Amino acid sequence: MLPDERGYFGSYGGRFVPETLVPVLDELTAAYQQCQADSTFWDEFESLSRDYSGRPTALYYARKMSERCGGARIFLKREDLAHTGAHKINNALGQGLLARRMGKHRIIAETGAGQHGVATAAVCAMLGLQCIVYMGEEDMRRQSPNVFRMKLMGAEVRPVSSGSRTLKDAINEAIRDWVTNARDTYYLLGSVVGPHPYTVMVRDFQSVIGKEVRWQILEKTGRLPHHIVACVGGGSNAIGIFYPFLNDRNVGLIGVEAGGRGLETVEHAASLMAGRVGVLHGAKSYVLQDDQGQIRETHSISAGLDYPGVGPEHSYLKDIGRVRYLAVNDDEALAGFQLLCQTEGIIPALESAHAVAYAARLASSVDKEQIIVVNLSGRGDKDLNIVTEALEGDK
Amino acid sequence: MNQIASVFRRPGHKALIAYVTVGYPSIEATLEVVPILAGNGCDIVELGIPFSDPLADGATIQKASFQALQNGVTPLICLDIAAQLSRRVSIPLMFMTYFNPVLSYGLEKFSRDCASAGIHGLIVPDLPPEEGTELEAATRKHGIDLVYLLAPTSTDERIHLVASQSRGFIYLVSITGVTGARNALSPDLGAFVARVKKIASQPVCVGFGISTPEQARQVAEIADGVIVGSRIIQLMETRNEAMTELSDFIRDLRSAIDSRRD
Repeated sequence: MLPDERGYFGSYGGRFVPETLVPVLDELTAAYQQCQADSTFWDEFESLSRDYSGRPTALYYARKMSERCGGARIFLKREDLAHTGAHKINNALGQGLLARRMGKHRIIAETGAGQHGVATAAVCAMLGLQCIVYMGEEDMRRQSPNVFRMKLMGAEVRPVSSGSRTLKDAINEAIRDWVTNARDTYYLLGSVVGPHPYTVMVRDFQSVIGKEVRWQILEKTGRLPHHIVACVGGGSNAIGIFYPFLNDRNVGLIGVEAGGRGLETVEHAASLMAGRVGVLHGAKSYVLQDDQGQIRETHSISAGLDYPGVGPEHSYLKDIGRVRYLAVNDDEALAGFQLLCQTEGIIPALESAHAVAYAARLASSVDKEQIIVVNLSGRGDKDLNIVTEALEGDK
Repeated sequence: MNQIASVFRRPGHKALIAYVTVGYPSIEATLEVVPILAGNGCDIVELGIPFSDPLADGATIQKASFQALQNGVTPLICLDIAAQLSRRVSIPLMFMTYFNPVLSYGLEKFSRDCASAGIHGLIVPDLPPEEGTELEAATRKHGIDLVYLLAPTSTDERIHLVASQSRGFIYLVSITGVTGARNALSPDLGAFVARVKKIASQPVCVGFGISTPEQARQVAEIADGVIVGSRIIQLMETRNEAMTELSDFIRDLRSAIDSRRD
């Protein structure tokens, strides 16, 4: 069973954090282990997942998109229909319940696209917890609707003006807050990154996605899918849908990173494709860095994928070859975004549009008997301004 | 005798340790300031190798790191500066940096090059002992002290762990928080230092948040050394006058430490 007790997936993971946080992480690990073995915790998680988050989310056969691609049958896992509009609610709910159980009433979080921030704000409102969200100034600008949502639900959004003013810097600032308020603050980290035990907890809370896909696809088609496609920034929606299928060797797993303006440029966020092993935000993993070990600034049209690191379990899955990783550029993601809007009347998040775009490419190259499941990790309302700008820029 | 250890063997003497970010506000400034620090009573200087994501640092050192990187400072340049400085000052020099630049350079190669540059110790704030095994071996081989940190949240079990691994001294983080000048010391500091001293045999030095001679004196009464960083960086921001201001400040720290009642 991975990770090992030190939080390693092979040679990736661990806990590269200031000493102040090590005892805090020990406490968190112990509290989570107690929850893992406690059925009342999971009963509450499942009941709220159903009644609050709206689970299970649908698995939808995208007939018209499949026809347009002219090949495999494409199914969409509709995480965009979950409460607050993305898969992020699964993890926010799980960790929110854990924080309350630990008696920590001050919750801090980072957010890139704003989806994790919104999910955390919602859960904190519902559980009666104080919520502070760190968000890069650049991200606040490009995802302003989500800033407003967080504030409406009572969260304080703190702008981060250091570095590239995006997700990476928001995490730095959240960690600084956490180091300062270590005793009474719970850091509700939003992806499968960071020091142990976050990579395990977030995976556990998100793997509800893959568990549902398994019974849903069996119900609809009588078999497991040939391919599962998900976008990878930090990688939580991807781990969530991949994890329950890791032992099903016939199910191909494909992670799609943000290719930005192309992997041949430096303007992308494809850590697994173009990074090398390093330590960022408490874990060893593939990291986009220069030859001096300084973390690189990244670019993606999608704020949620605009991050120079990736979850350590993805690094492990890449190295052992269980998951195939590739990158989709901004332009292709935009085309995927439009394709889904036009063929299915579904507006995907730009993050998820990367997975949609690759699924379309894959579908057209395989035969009609094949089944592809795409994790439609979020909805795209938040991205309308960016998409409008990008499409008008083309004219 | 190892140079860092010898600092703590002078009877009745408490160490003053200064931190500067290499290349802030300029590379020339670093070359100028370290002899001033040494000449006015510092026992050890920590040279900070800037990192793009300094998550244990407050606003002052973040800004200095950013500026140093803008100035083109790399680990290689830091090694070169250390080599120049170690010929000009007789006090031991250490590096303080985050783990990724060291990992990227190569643990063995970095330790070897530190030794040839005259560096005696290394502090890596995001490397707890659980993750430090490889760097410990590499630094030990080249005679570099790898200093671990303890924080107010550290349990007795962790104090034992750090006491069994830390070389040179133990770096006590005085507060739960990031680096940066603070108005007052933590009221729990005395108990924290006592808790560590009961277990550890190494010298214990206290840093984070110490910015005035009075605070330095209070710390020197209970610990073996006082570490000052952000306040020095602030004084270097306006360099022309600051060199006198800075040397006055260091002398004030020194005499405050020496005036303590043990």
